[in-house]
Amino acid sequence: MKFEAVIGLEVHVQLDTKSKMFTRVPCGFGKPPNSLTDPVVLGLPGALPVMNREAIDKSIKVGLLLGCKIAPVCKWDRKNYFYPDMPKNYQITQFDQPICEGGEVEIELPGDSPAVMGEHRMVKLTRIHLEEDVGKLTHYENDSLVDYNRAGSPLLEIVSEPDMYSPEETFSFLTSLRNSLIYAGISSCDMEKGQLRCDANISVRPVGTKTLGTKVELKNLNTISGVKNGVEYEIKRQIKAIEEKEEIVQETRRWNPDQRYTTPMRSKEMAHDYRYFPDPDLMPVKIDQAWVDGIAKQVPEKPFDKQRRYMTELNLPYSITSALCPDFSLCQYFELVASQTNDPKKVGNWVVNDLLRELSNANSEANSISIEESPVTPQHLAELVNLIEQGVISNNVAKELFPEMFSSGKTATTLIKEKGLEVKSDQVEIEKICTRAIENDPDAAQKFKDGKEGAINALKGFVMKETRGQANPKVVDAMLRDLLLK
Amino acid sequence: MSNANIVSKTAVELSHSLSEKELSSQEIAQAYLEQIDRVDPQVHAFLHRDDNDFLAQASASDKRRAEGNILGPLDGIPVAIKDVISVQGQPLTAASKILENYISPYDATVIRKLKAAGAVIGGRLNLDEFAMGSSTENSAYGPTRNPWDFNRVPGGSSGGSSAAVAAREAPLTLGSDTGGSIRQPASLCGVVGVKPTYGMVSRYGLAAFASSLDQIGPFSQTVEDAALLLETISGHDPLDSTSYPTEVPQYSAAIGNSLPPCTLGLPKEFFGEGIDDEVRKAIDQTIEFYRSLGHKIVEVSLPTTDLAVPVYYVIATAEASSNLARYDGIRYTSRSEQSENAINVYAKSRGEGFGEEVKRRCILGAYGLSSGYYDAYYLKAQKTRTLIREDFNRVFEEVDVILTPTAPTPAFKFGEKSNDPISMYLSDIFTISTNLAGLPALSVPCGFTQAGLPIGMQLIGQAFEESNLLSIAHAYDREHLFGCKSPNI
Repeated sequence: MKFEAVIGLEVHVQLDTKSKMFTRVPCGFGKPPNSLTDPVVLGLPGALPVMNREAIDKSIKVGLLLGCKIAPVCKWDRKNYFYPDMPKNYQITQFDQPICEGGEVEIELPGDSPAVMGEHRMVKLTRIHLEEDVGKLTHYENDSLVDYNRAGSPLLEIVSEPDMYSPEETFSFLTSLRNSLIYAGISSCDMEKGQLRCDANISVRPVGTKTLGTKVELKNLNTISGVKNGVEYEIKRQIKAIEEKEEIVQETRRWNPDQRYTTPMRSKEMAHDYRYFPDPDLMPVKIDQAWVDGIAKQVPEKPFDKQRRYMTELNLPYSITSALCPDFSLCQYFELVASQTNDPKKVGNWVVNDLLRELSNANSEANSISIEESPVTPQHLAELVNLIEQGVISNNVAKELFPEMFSSGKTATTLIKEKGLEVKSDQVEIEKICTRAIENDPDAAQKFKDGKEGAINALKGFVMKETRGQANPKVVDAMLRDLLLK
Repeated sequence: MSNANIVSKTAVELSHSLSEKELSSQEIAQAYLEQIDRVDPQVHAFLHRDDNDFLAQASASDKRRAEGNILGPLDGIPVAIKDVISVQGQPLTAASKILENYISPYDATVIRKLKAAGAVIGGRLNLDEFAMGSSTENSAYGPTRNPWDFNRVPGGSSGGSSAAVAAREAPLTLGSDTGGSIRQPASLCGVVGVKPTYGMVSRYGLAAFASSLDQIGPFSQTVEDAALLLETISGHDPLDSTSYPTEVPQYSAAIGNSLPPCTLGLPKEFFGEGIDDEVRKAIDQTIEFYRSLGHKIVEVSLPTTDLAVPVYYVIATAEASSNLARYDGIRYTSRSEQSENAINVYAKSRGEGFGEEVKRRCILGAYGLSSGYYDAYYLKAQKTRTLIREDFNRVFEEVDVILTPTAPTPAFKFGEKSNDPISMYLSDIFTISTNLAGLPALSVPCGFTQAGLPIGMQLIGQAFEESNLLSIAHAYDREHLFGCKSPNI
């Protein structure tokens, strides 16, 4: 019997807001333990929550970005359970009236080769709700320490339908979702900092059947590839179990990334009764059309829409767009350069090949440089591209100059002057060298005269070699033809 | 001026003496400290005092006055605080063992407002643990005694706040009212107590019992004093999402205006069986008084009255079960010495730290919220709460205020109801529905029994109509001033 997997994901995203979800204390990472706290965060007697409007704004933005229905009214509920990472022993969340419902995430599956676009598909979302994050526990042999710096940070939970069918699809889903959220300035989505966390609900069923199998919830999937690997393992484990006539039990399992297997955490019987009820300290939130319309103006073009536009309007090849479009900052850089030049495709090549290479070389040396910090600014690159087009320098010279522009931060014009690299367009001198080239290789000259167009390249090569690449190729071409066909 | 003279004064009188330079704030503070020294060993209204801090605040007030910078009529006047309201640097025990060692690092909004008005904040007042009870017998630190009869309870949960005013240990105190916890002890101790409209006074800094019902309010000898204290602590607070954005009228000025003829409603459901004869007689006399002033008295009906107590005990306990979860032995609350692991810390610390009534209510509340029971209890109670609110709305289409007894009986004896939770719950039968409806209500002393126990009447007003409510109460109070009569202690 053949089996297929059905997967749904629950993705937690920390919103990038100035202050916490229900108080004025700033959000932050890497600060001294328990320094980002106040009576509200610590759940002191008498402290009360007050909602952060920026978090609602950002949640609406996510909803619009992913095509969700924005609830006209959403409310806050308490989820009650005892755990030391939660100061109040209840979490403020949204139980039955979430801020967003429905929506979808566009995913791309791997193509036949990196140069070929893969199949696209929409993965359906169930809902998106807003809640407060919990603190962080660190366990030692005899003690556990708790840091409430993260506690109370706004956390968005994005729940998909059971609408993915392979580990690759979960990978694509998370990658696409992450790109979109970064595009919209919702979150930095840094998984190492816990800004993006993911649980997976996995079941398997015989191919062709419609009902869902018993689901297992998988936790501790801390990286995007961890999700892929964990899901892959769990699918195999379930299929093997069914084939060996074992029953799949509804339970929560934990992915162990180092040993690469899943282990049981708790069974359905051990599941909590969270005693949800509306939080009496908070009022329901009414979101009118004017609020939504205001946010709609800030929703950016989605990554895949941008990619399609680059391919159709700018005529960029897929391989360039697939390197550019996942990175919002890179696209901004590209568009700035492209707007100051005439050939987007050439700009795309410069950005994807030369700029990314230099950035990655620089980043390997323990200091990371973001695209915004590139020593070659968009203006610098635009100038370089324009200099080539104007024939001031050749493409080859430009390729050699670029690493130096990157390391020194100097403009192409400055470096050309310093090195005396201006292209030679002096007719008299070029005529002398061209004449020498023809004398040096009469064979090639004859072949060209006989109609072999390609033979001229050997002569051009001689001229370029003699001028160390500084001769203007257009001038050389015209001069050689002039001399040969005279 | 003798100490006995000073402490018998109302806040308005003290304020007058201060501005006439007959008294200094330090003299006032000293007089109250001596009165507390004298009577509190028996009354036991105070759980904690910080005399140095108290006198330092009084001295600061005198300095302001000398410099001509007084901050208002309450500048230099002592206000003692129920031990559930946060005052920076002072303990907050909620009369519970579990908060035995907790010092609040911040001021409640009402305290911030009082400090801005120059009031001299002093003393932590006894209560039923976490404000759960009607007699202060549930205090982990021993009960407060009724100053009119030490064998009787002062009411509760704000029994320390009512007894302190009655025993002249403070001219003004703050309490909190979730189902009658200001009005019932005010009635039993013969002082004025006001529960404002839900949302009128910020709850920020009040250790929550039931968030949708709790309100902070004043105790005093007179309605006039209560108006002064209420206008000082009221107003919108951006730190409390349930605080209502509205202007605060000058209640103390409003009650001085002449009162147009009003209609007072007597809900027939409140005048049935179970009311003490002397209480009924005193209420009849207040009704006659209002009639004699030219006000109209009509009988009205609140058919949902008998649903209020059960609805209250589902909603209040549900919220409490969640609100009190934070007292867990992990951070600032006392941790059981017996605990060995995380689950144990919770069970043992809470088991040892909470009293019987608190445990009873947490368990009751958790039950009502549990999966499978939510619809039958919590949801049903919320729907019924809406019906109760609609009942009041309908009645307020024809009356300005509703007049009832505050409590069915005068102060009862210690132990009389403490072994029977239901009978204790029923002592709040006249006060609970106003919390469920979010309405303002107050208790004004309206006489004494032959045995010398105080009796209180309750006036219930329309939401955010405190001015009107206080004016109608003041019309009675200024002619009787039962709250200014001191017990012989």
